[in-house]
Amino acid sequence: MNAAALGAPALRDPQARARAGGLVAAIVVLWPLLVLAEFKPWVLFEAGNLKVMGSFLIGFLPPAISIEFLGLLLVATLQTLAMATAGIALAWVLAVPLAFAMTPSLSVSRIGPGNAWRRGRALRGVARLVLTFLRAIPEIVWALVFVRALGLGPAAGVLAIAITYAGMLGKVYAEILESGDTRPARALLEAGSGRVAALCYGLLPGTAQELASYTVYRWECAVRASVVMGFVGAGGLGQLMDQAMKMLNGGEASSILITFLLLVLLADALSAALRRLLA
Amino acid sequence: MTTGASFREPNAAERVQAAGPCLTCVAVALAVSAAIVASFVYLGADYRGLLSSESRRLMLKFVAEFFPPDLSSAFLAKTAWAGLQTLAVSAVGTLVALLFGAALALPAAGRFGTAARAASRLALNVLRSVPELVWAALMVLAAGLGPFAGALALALHTTGVFGRLFAETLENAPTGPEAALHESGSGTVAAFCYGTAPQVAPQWLAYTLYRWEMNIRMATVLGFVGAGGLGQMLYFHLSLFQQAQSATVLLAMFVLVVLVDSASTVLRRGLAPAHA
Repeated sequence: MNAAALGAPALRDPQARARAGGLVAAIVVLWPLLVLAEFKPWVLFEAGNLKVMGSFLIGFLPPAISIEFLGLLLVATLQTLAMATAGIALAWVLAVPLAFAMTPSLSVSRIGPGNAWRRGRALRGVARLVLTFLRAIPEIVWALVFVRALGLGPAAGVLAIAITYAGMLGKVYAEILESGDTRPARALLEAGSGRVAALCYGLLPGTAQELASYTVYRWECAVRASVVMGFVGAGGLGQLMDQAMKMLNGGEASSILITFLLLVLLADALSAALRRLLA
Repeated sequence: MTTGASFREPNAAERVQAAGPCLTCVAVALAVSAAIVASFVYLGADYRGLLSSESRRLMLKFVAEFFPPDLSSAFLAKTAWAGLQTLAVSAVGTLVALLFGAALALPAAGRFGTAARAASRLALNVLRSVPELVWAALMVLAAGLGPFAGALALALHTTGVFGRLFAETLENAPTGPEAALHESGSGTVAAFCYGTAPQVAPQWLAYTLYRWEMNIRMATVLGFVGAGGLGQMLYFHLSLFQQAQSATVLLAMFVLVVLVDSASTVLRRGLAPAHA
């Protein structure tokens, strides 16, 4: 008021018009998205939905702690952990040769005379393509497909984790190997050593810690992934959760959720401890 | 042996020998191998069966059923529509999470006292530690089958993630500009909007784009529990053993993920780093 009376510039946002225009444009873009996603918050408050959800949530207390259910829970938890561990082990077996093939600084043909480097580069491209394909499809999609082929149970989950995580591990292994000091490997290759020796004595000493640390981190991610794998029938805690939800058994659902959280915390802590040990 | 012969620096080989084997490394290596063996034994899955000629034949037959994918224009249109729905679910979920995450980040950064800070941090932790797929299964109960449940599930989980990241950004932002505005007489809201918000906005935007990318990937699979989009289609067709249609949906998922991957690599070059 005073400022205006004194003839000073009015206290308004100099960019007000641009901001308002941006807001209108955002709403115009957002509207079709909201329609497409069937965004109807009021259905949450419809009597029928409220009743189903309410009775389910009320069932959460107290959590189910009968001895036989706790036994089931323990078996499912162990199954989840075993699925993640076995999956990562298989993924490692798949990823190592692909990463080995894909690392340019281990290429002999790149150094030597002749035209063999073209073939080498093409082979590396193929390895990269295979890794991209392996990791592009989420692990739970693979699990859904493998359940059809192998039947219900953790076997499908193990293979699903093995495939997706092989793609991730292989790509990152190659990147880590390439990001370190590559001159020792080059020197070894130029002095006539083989690829394996160049990897072991030229690249690994500088990068082994980071490689191991990344593998442990991926194991932690695999535990999180295998927790939900059961929703498509691949065993473990997810399958128990799926059943509890279909039966609207709130007590069991809350016990499973608590186990979920504890398991993820445990994996977090274990992976942090292992990585500290490596650092 | 310090007496007598002149002291010589040990060479690398001698140093390695003197240090002896790293006992911790050996113990960890043994424990890890034991865990891997125990896992395979516990699961009891007989993967040797996979290598027998009979099951190899069955596997090949199973894979062959997926080819050729159903590329009729009607089905392609349906798949494209589901893909669009997946994109919409991820975008709406991320936007709703952006709103609620920002709203919870303010108390979580300690702007409304210690009690509010602890309470909002607890809420954020709970939201974040339940996986999206579990939220989706819960939301299907609360909101019925369909893409809205998926958007809600993404919003709930991502709110937890955003709240924490945004709060960290807020705590790390320099306080000078906001304090200066305060002291020159502006209101609390205006001081925040013109003092702190412009500093944190680039980082928040980077986080949002990064999570949106992850949410697109997640939205493709939320349909498995009935939350719409490509996932629901895949689940439906696989359940009916319609492998040709399933192959088309898998192909669409693959294309979507690869497109998003390369788009985000190009887009993120000019933005603040998002490590989350």
